[in-house]
Amino acid sequence: MHRATTTGERLYFRVAKNVGCMLLSFRTTMRLLTHNMLTSHVKGVTNGYPLKLQAENIKVMSVDFNPEFVARMIPKLEWQALVQAAESIGHLGDLPRELMPEYESNEEFLKMAHHVLMEVEVIEGNLECPETGRKFPIKNGIPNMLLNEDEV
Amino acid sequence: MTMGETFPTPDLSHLTAEDYDHVYEPAEDTFLLMDALEKDADLLRSIAPSICLEVGCGSGAVITFLGSILGSRPHYLCTDLNPRAAECAARTGTQNNISVHPVLTDLVSALLPRLENKVDVMIFNPPYVVTPPEEVGSHGIEASWAGGVKGREVMDRFFPLVPRLLSDNGVFYLVTIEQNDPEEIGCKMREFGFTMDKVMSRKAGPEKLAILRFSSCKRTM
Repeated sequence: MHRATTTGERLYFRVAKNVGCMLLSFRTTMRLLTHNMLTSHVKGVTNGYPLKLQAENIKVMSVDFNPEFVARMIPKLEWQALVQAAESIGHLGDLPRELMPEYESNEEFLKMAHHVLMEVEVIEGNLECPETGRKFPIKNGIPNMLLNEDEV
Repeated sequence: MTMGETFPTPDLSHLTAEDYDHVYEPAEDTFLLMDALEKDADLLRSIAPSICLEVGCGSGAVITFLGSILGSRPHYLCTDLNPRAAECAARTGTQNNISVHPVLTDLVSALLPRLENKVDVMIFNPPYVVTPPEEVGSHGIEASWAGGVKGREVMDRFFPLVPRLLSDNGVFYLVTIEQNDPEEIGCKMREFGFTMDKVMSRKAGPEKLAILRFSSCKRTM
Protein backbone atom coordinates (compact mmCIF):
# COMPACT_ATOMS: atom_id res chain seq x y z
CA MET A 1 0.00 0.00 0.00
CA HIS A 2 1.36 3.36 -0.99
CA ARG A 3 1.34 6.44 1.12
CA ALA A 4 0.38 9.78 -0.34
CA THR A 5 2.93 9.89 -3.09
CA THR A 6 0.70 10.51 -6.06
CA THR A 7 0.82 13.74 -7.96
CA GLY A 8 -2.64 14.61 -6.73
CA GLU A 9 -1.66 14.40 -3.11
CA ARG A 10 1.55 16.33 -3.63
CA LEU A 11 -0.44 18.98 -5.46
CA TYR A 12 -2.60 19.23 -2.36
CA PHE A 13 0.45 20.21 -0.33
CA ARG A 14 1.35 22.87 -2.86
CA VAL A 15 -2.11 24.39 -2.87
CA ALA A 16 -2.61 24.11 0.85
CA LYS A 17 0.53 25.93 1.71
CA ASN A 18 -0.67 29.09 0.05
CA VAL A 19 -3.72 29.36 2.24
CA GLY A 20 -3.95 29.92 5.91
CA CYS A 21 -0.41 28.88 6.61
CA MET A 22 0.29 31.98 8.65
CA LEU A 23 -2.87 31.74 10.74
CA LEU A 24 -1.49 29.19 13.13
CA SER A 25 0.55 30.71 15.90
CA PHE A 26 2.98 28.15 17.23
CA ARG A 27 5.32 27.97 20.13
CA THR A 28 7.97 25.35 20.55
CA THR A 29 9.48 25.01 23.96
CA MET A 30 12.52 23.35 25.45
CA ARG A 31 11.71 20.91 28.21
CA LEU A 32 14.12 20.51 31.09
CA LEU A 33 14.22 16.88 29.95
CA THR A 34 15.94 18.04 26.77
CA HIS A 35 18.33 20.27 28.74
CA ASN A 36 19.27 17.20 30.79
CA MET A 37 20.59 15.52 27.62
CA LEU A 38 22.75 18.36 26.25
CA THR A 39 26.54 18.75 26.53
CA SER A 40 28.91 21.46 25.28
CA HIS A 41 31.63 20.14 23.00
CA VAL A 42 33.56 23.36 22.39
CA LYS A 43 37.12 22.44 21.39
CA GLY A 44 39.27 21.65 24.42
CA VAL A 45 36.40 21.32 26.88
CA THR A 46 36.77 18.31 29.16
CA ASN A 47 33.51 18.64 31.07
CA GLY A 48 30.79 20.49 29.25
CA TYR A 49 27.98 19.17 31.45
CA PRO A 50 25.59 20.25 32.79
CA LEU A 51 24.93 23.45 30.88
CA LYS A 52 23.90 26.40 33.02
CA LEU A 53 20.37 27.36 32.15
CA GLN A 54 19.38 31.00 31.87
CA ALA A 55 15.78 31.55 30.91
CA GLU A 56 14.27 34.79 29.72
CA ASN A 57 10.88 33.39 28.86
CA ILE A 58 9.35 30.36 30.56
CA LYS A 59 6.04 28.71 29.97
CA VAL A 60 4.31 26.26 32.29
CA MET A 61 1.90 24.01 30.49
CA SER A 62 -0.19 21.01 31.34
CA VAL A 63 0.90 17.61 30.04
CA ASP A 64 -0.93 14.34 30.80
CA PHE A 65 0.64 12.62 33.79
CA ASN A 66 1.63 9.01 33.40
CA PRO A 67 3.37 7.68 36.53
CA GLU A 68 4.78 4.61 34.82
CA PHE A 69 6.38 6.65 32.04
CA VAL A 70 7.97 9.10 34.49
CA ALA A 71 9.28 6.22 36.60
CA ARG A 72 10.95 4.69 33.54
CA MET A 73 12.44 8.04 32.51
CA ILE A 74 14.08 8.79 35.84
CA PRO A 75 16.94 6.25 35.53
CA LYS A 76 17.84 7.97 32.24
CA LEU A 77 18.34 11.32 33.96
CA GLU A 78 21.19 13.06 35.70
CA TRP A 79 19.20 14.01 38.75
CA GLN A 80 21.57 16.69 40.04
CA ALA A 81 21.54 18.44 36.68
CA LEU A 82 17.75 18.47 36.69
CA VAL A 83 17.63 19.91 40.21
CA GLN A 84 20.20 22.56 39.29
CA ALA A 85 18.33 23.55 36.11
CA ALA A 86 14.95 23.73 37.83
CA GLU A 87 16.42 25.79 40.65
CA SER A 88 18.18 28.20 38.30
CA ILE A 89 14.89 29.17 36.73
CA GLY A 90 12.99 29.26 40.01
CA HIS A 91 10.88 26.16 39.43
CA LEU A 92 12.38 23.64 41.85
CA GLY A 93 9.26 23.66 44.02
CA ASP A 94 9.31 20.76 46.47
CA LEU A 95 11.32 18.48 44.24
CA PRO A 96 13.78 16.55 46.44
CA ARG A 97 17.48 17.20 45.81
CA GLU A 98 18.27 13.52 46.11
CA LEU A 99 16.42 10.64 44.50
CA MET A 100 14.53 8.79 47.18
CA PRO A 101 14.45 5.00 47.45
CA GLU A 102 11.39 3.34 45.93
CA TYR A 103 10.45 6.46 44.03
CA GLU A 104 8.70 4.25 41.44
CA SER A 105 5.75 3.79 43.77
CA ASN A 106 5.69 7.31 45.18
CA GLU A 107 3.03 9.03 43.12
CA GLU A 108 3.47 12.39 44.79
CA PHE A 109 7.16 12.40 43.92
CA LEU A 110 6.51 11.22 40.37
CA LYS A 111 4.03 14.06 39.90
CA MET A 112 6.62 16.63 40.94
CA ALA A 113 9.20 15.05 38.66
CA HIS A 114 6.69 15.02 35.80
CA HIS A 115 5.98 18.71 36.32
CA VAL A 116 9.64 19.73 36.24
CA LEU A 117 10.57 17.42 33.37
CA MET A 118 7.64 17.89 31.04
CA GLU A 119 5.64 20.96 32.01
CA VAL A 120 8.18 23.69 32.75
CA GLU A 121 9.45 24.83 29.38
CA VAL A 122 11.89 27.44 28.21
CA ILE A 123 11.06 29.53 25.16
CA GLU A 124 13.94 32.01 25.14
CA GLY A 125 17.24 31.92 27.00
CA ASN A 126 20.77 30.61 26.99
CA LEU A 127 22.66 27.46 27.81
CA GLU A 128 26.09 28.27 29.14
CA CYS A 129 29.05 25.93 28.85
CA PRO A 130 30.25 25.37 32.46
CA GLU A 131 33.91 25.41 31.40
CA THR A 132 34.24 28.12 28.73
CA GLY A 133 31.19 30.26 29.41
CA ARG A 134 30.22 29.94 25.73
CA LYS A 135 26.53 30.70 25.44
CA PHE A 136 24.30 28.54 23.29
CA PRO A 137 21.10 30.45 22.57
CA ILE A 138 17.60 29.03 22.96
CA LYS A 139 15.32 30.73 20.45
CA ASN A 140 11.67 29.87 19.96
CA GLY A 141 12.25 26.88 22.20
CA ILE A 142 15.04 25.45 20.06
CA PRO A 143 18.51 25.14 21.60
CA ASN A 144 21.24 26.01 19.11
CA MET A 145 24.22 23.81 19.94
CA LEU A 146 26.00 24.38 16.61
CA LEU A 147 29.68 25.21 16.94
CA ASN A 148 31.62 27.72 14.88
CA GLU A 149 34.45 26.38 12.73
CA ASP A 150 37.10 27.53 15.21
CA GLU A 151 35.30 25.76 18.07
CA VAL A 152 35.31 22.28 16.53
CA MET B 1 -2.13 -12.02 6.47
CA THR B 2 -4.17 -9.33 8.18
CA MET B 3 -3.85 -5.70 7.28
CA GLY B 4 -2.07 -3.74 10.00
CA GLU B 5 -3.32 -0.55 11.51
CA THR B 6 -2.92 2.54 9.36
CA PHE B 7 -1.94 6.03 10.42
CA PRO B 8 -2.55 9.26 8.53
CA THR B 9 0.27 11.12 6.83
CA PRO B 10 1.01 14.17 9.01
CA ASP B 11 -0.68 17.40 8.00
CA LEU B 12 2.02 19.51 6.35
CA SER B 13 -0.21 22.29 5.12
CA HIS B 14 1.57 24.81 7.36
CA LEU B 15 4.78 24.46 5.37
CA THR B 16 5.23 27.00 2.60
CA ALA B 17 6.96 27.01 -0.77
CA GLU B 18 9.56 29.23 0.86
CA ASP B 19 10.15 26.62 3.59
CA TYR B 20 10.80 24.06 0.86
CA ASP B 21 13.43 26.35 -0.67
CA HIS B 22 15.49 25.66 2.45
CA VAL B 23 14.21 22.37 3.82
CA TYR B 24 13.82 19.00 2.09
CA GLU B 25 10.24 18.49 1.01
CA PRO B 26 8.84 15.08 1.96
CA ALA B 27 9.08 12.80 -1.06
CA GLU B 28 8.99 9.10 -1.93
CA ASP B 29 11.83 8.23 0.47
CA THR B 30 10.03 9.99 3.33
CA PHE B 31 6.76 8.22 2.56
CA LEU B 32 8.40 4.81 2.29
CA LEU B 33 9.99 5.36 5.70
CA MET B 34 6.55 6.19 7.11
CA ASP B 35 5.10 3.05 5.53
CA ALA B 36 7.86 0.98 7.13
CA LEU B 37 7.19 2.48 10.57
CA GLU B 38 3.50 1.87 10.08
CA LYS B 39 4.18 -1.77 9.18
CA ASP B 40 6.29 -2.08 12.34
CA ALA B 41 3.72 -0.37 14.59
CA ASP B 42 3.22 -3.42 16.84
CA LEU B 43 6.96 -3.93 17.21
CA LEU B 44 7.50 -0.25 18.01
CA ARG B 45 4.76 -0.27 20.64
CA SER B 46 6.10 -3.46 22.21
CA ILE B 47 9.34 -1.59 23.00
CA ALA B 48 7.34 0.95 25.07
CA PRO B 49 9.86 3.66 24.16
CA SER B 50 10.63 6.55 26.43
CA ILE B 51 13.09 8.35 24.13
CA CYS B 52 12.77 8.54 20.34
CA LEU B 53 15.28 10.38 18.19
CA GLU B 54 15.31 11.39 14.55
CA VAL B 55 18.67 12.48 13.19
CA GLY B 56 18.48 15.03 10.38
CA CYS B 57 14.76 15.61 10.79
CA GLY B 58 14.19 18.10 7.95
CA SER B 59 10.49 19.02 7.88
CA GLY B 60 9.80 16.83 10.91
CA ALA B 61 7.21 14.76 9.03
CA VAL B 62 8.70 11.40 10.09
CA ILE B 63 9.21 12.04 13.81
CA THR B 64 5.70 13.48 13.91
CA PHE B 65 4.38 10.37 12.16
CA LEU B 66 6.19 8.21 14.71
CA GLY B 67 4.41 10.27 17.36
CA SER B 68 1.06 9.40 15.85
CA ILE B 69 1.94 5.70 16.17
CA LEU B 70 3.36 5.82 19.68
CA GLY B 71 1.26 8.55 21.29
CA SER B 72 2.20 11.49 23.45
CA ARG B 73 4.20 9.74 26.19
CA PRO B 74 7.67 9.28 24.69
CA HIS B 75 10.03 12.25 24.47
CA TYR B 76 10.52 13.00 20.77
CA LEU B 77 13.92 14.53 20.12
CA CYS B 78 15.15 15.45 16.68
CA THR B 79 18.27 17.07 15.33
CA ASP B 80 19.26 19.03 12.27
CA LEU B 81 22.01 21.46 11.47
CA ASN B 82 19.69 23.62 9.41
CA PRO B 83 17.93 26.15 11.68
CA ARG B 84 15.05 26.41 9.23
CA ALA B 85 14.54 22.63 9.36
CA ALA B 86 14.50 22.59 13.16
CA GLU B 87 11.88 25.32 13.11
CA CYS B 88 9.78 23.47 10.49
CA ALA B 89 10.00 20.25 12.51
CA ALA B 90 8.70 22.02 15.60
CA ARG B 91 5.83 23.50 13.60
CA THR B 92 4.98 20.13 12.04
CA GLY B 93 4.75 18.62 15.52
CA THR B 94 2.51 21.45 16.72
CA GLN B 95 0.30 21.22 13.64
CA ASN B 96 -0.29 17.53 14.39
CA ASN B 97 -0.51 17.76 18.20
CA ILE B 98 2.76 15.93 18.78
CA SER B 99 5.34 17.55 21.03
CA VAL B 100 8.53 17.44 18.94
CA HIS B 101 11.76 18.77 20.46
CA PRO B 102 14.40 19.86 17.96
CA VAL B 103 18.05 20.50 18.80
CA LEU B 104 20.37 22.27 16.39
CA THR B 105 23.49 20.12 16.24
CA ASP B 106 25.62 18.09 13.84
CA LEU B 107 24.13 14.55 13.78
CA VAL B 108 23.91 13.84 17.53
CA SER B 109 26.97 15.74 18.76
CA ALA B 110 25.38 17.77 21.58
CA LEU B 111 23.39 14.74 22.79
CA LEU B 112 26.51 12.71 23.49
CA PRO B 113 27.51 11.31 25.87
CA ARG B 114 24.22 11.77 27.73
CA LEU B 115 22.07 9.84 25.30
CA GLU B 116 24.34 6.80 25.39
CA ASN B 117 22.36 3.58 25.67
CA LYS B 118 19.12 5.55 26.08
CA VAL B 119 17.49 5.79 22.65
CA ASP B 120 14.67 3.30 22.14
CA VAL B 121 13.69 4.24 18.59
CA MET B 122 16.14 6.00 16.30
CA ILE B 123 15.52 7.12 12.73
CA PHE B 124 17.89 8.45 10.10
CA ASN B 125 16.95 9.38 6.56
CA PRO B 126 20.49 10.39 5.64
CA PRO B 127 21.82 12.31 2.68
CA TYR B 128 22.16 9.19 0.51
CA VAL B 129 22.58 10.63 -2.99
CA VAL B 130 25.88 9.88 -4.72
CA THR B 131 27.61 13.25 -5.25
CA PRO B 132 31.14 14.59 -5.58
CA PRO B 133 32.66 14.55 -2.07
CA GLU B 134 33.09 18.34 -2.04
CA GLU B 135 29.30 18.75 -2.01
CA VAL B 136 29.08 17.11 1.42
CA GLY B 137 29.13 19.28 4.53
CA SER B 138 27.03 22.34 3.78
CA HIS B 139 24.45 23.61 6.25
CA GLY B 140 21.73 24.35 3.69
CA ILE B 141 19.29 22.19 1.79
CA GLU B 142 22.16 20.40 -0.04
CA ALA B 143 23.03 18.80 3.30
CA SER B 144 19.73 16.91 3.10
CA TRP B 145 20.78 14.89 0.08
CA ALA B 146 24.51 15.18 -0.75
CA GLY B 147 26.07 11.90 0.36
CA GLY B 148 29.43 11.98 -1.43
CA VAL B 149 31.13 8.75 -2.51
CA LYS B 150 28.56 5.93 -2.82
CA GLY B 151 26.22 8.32 -0.99
CA ARG B 152 27.75 6.90 2.17
CA GLU B 153 29.95 9.66 3.60
CA VAL B 154 27.50 11.00 6.18
CA MET B 155 25.91 7.69 7.17
CA ASP B 156 29.35 6.06 7.55
CA ARG B 157 30.21 8.79 10.02
CA PHE B 158 27.06 7.97 11.95
CA PHE B 159 27.21 4.13 12.07
CA PRO B 160 29.80 3.87 14.89
CA LEU B 161 27.49 6.00 17.05
CA VAL B 162 24.55 3.59 16.71
CA PRO B 163 25.81 1.02 19.26
CA ARG B 164 26.57 3.86 21.67
CA LEU B 165 23.11 5.40 21.41
CA LEU B 166 20.63 2.54 21.27
CA SER B 167 19.15 1.12 24.45
CA ASP B 168 19.24 -2.66 24.88
CA ASN B 169 15.88 -3.10 23.20
CA GLY B 170 16.34 -0.18 20.83
CA VAL B 171 15.78 -0.23 17.08
CA PHE B 172 17.30 1.91 14.36
CA TYR B 173 15.71 2.68 10.98
CA LEU B 174 17.79 3.82 8.03
CA VAL B 175 16.81 4.89 4.50
CA THR B 176 19.15 3.72 1.73
CA ILE B 177 19.33 3.43 -2.03
CA GLU B 178 20.91 0.57 -3.95
CA GLN B 179 24.10 2.58 -4.65
CA ASN B 180 24.74 2.80 -0.89
CA ASP B 181 25.31 -0.98 -0.91
CA PRO B 182 22.88 -2.08 1.83
CA GLU B 183 24.51 -5.53 2.03
CA GLU B 184 27.84 -3.98 2.92
CA ILE B 185 26.11 -1.74 5.47
CA GLY B 186 24.65 -4.93 6.97
CA CYS B 187 28.14 -6.47 7.30
CA LYS B 188 29.48 -3.33 8.89
CA MET B 189 26.65 -3.15 11.40
CA ARG B 190 26.99 -6.86 12.22
CA GLU B 191 30.50 -6.07 13.44
CA PHE B 192 28.89 -3.61 15.84
CA GLY B 193 26.55 -6.36 17.07
CA PHE B 194 23.43 -5.58 15.05
CA THR B 195 21.22 -7.65 12.83
CA MET B 196 19.70 -6.02 9.76
CA ASP B 197 16.23 -6.53 8.34
CA LYS B 198 14.90 -4.98 5.18
CA VAL B 199 11.47 -3.73 6.25
CA MET B 200 10.37 -2.33 2.90
CA SER B 201 11.73 -1.51 -0.52
CA ARG B 202 10.33 0.38 -3.48
CA LYS B 203 11.44 1.73 -6.79
CA ALA B 204 10.79 5.46 -7.05
CA GLY B 205 11.93 6.90 -10.37
CA PRO B 206 15.63 6.10 -10.67
CA GLU B 207 16.00 5.30 -6.96
CA LYS B 208 15.75 1.79 -5.55
CA LEU B 209 14.86 2.67 -1.99
CA ALA B 210 15.08 0.35 1.00
CA ILE B 211 14.22 0.88 4.66
CA LEU B 212 16.61 -1.07 6.86
CA ARG B 213 15.99 -1.88 10.50
CA PHE B 214 18.81 -2.67 12.90
CA SER B 215 18.50 -4.19 16.32
CA SER B 216 20.93 -5.70 18.77
CA CYS B 217 21.76 -9.36 18.06
CA LYS B 218 20.99 -9.98 21.73
CA ARG B 219 17.48 -8.63 21.32
CA THR B 220 14.69 -11.16 20.86
CA MET B 221 12.32 -9.86 18.24
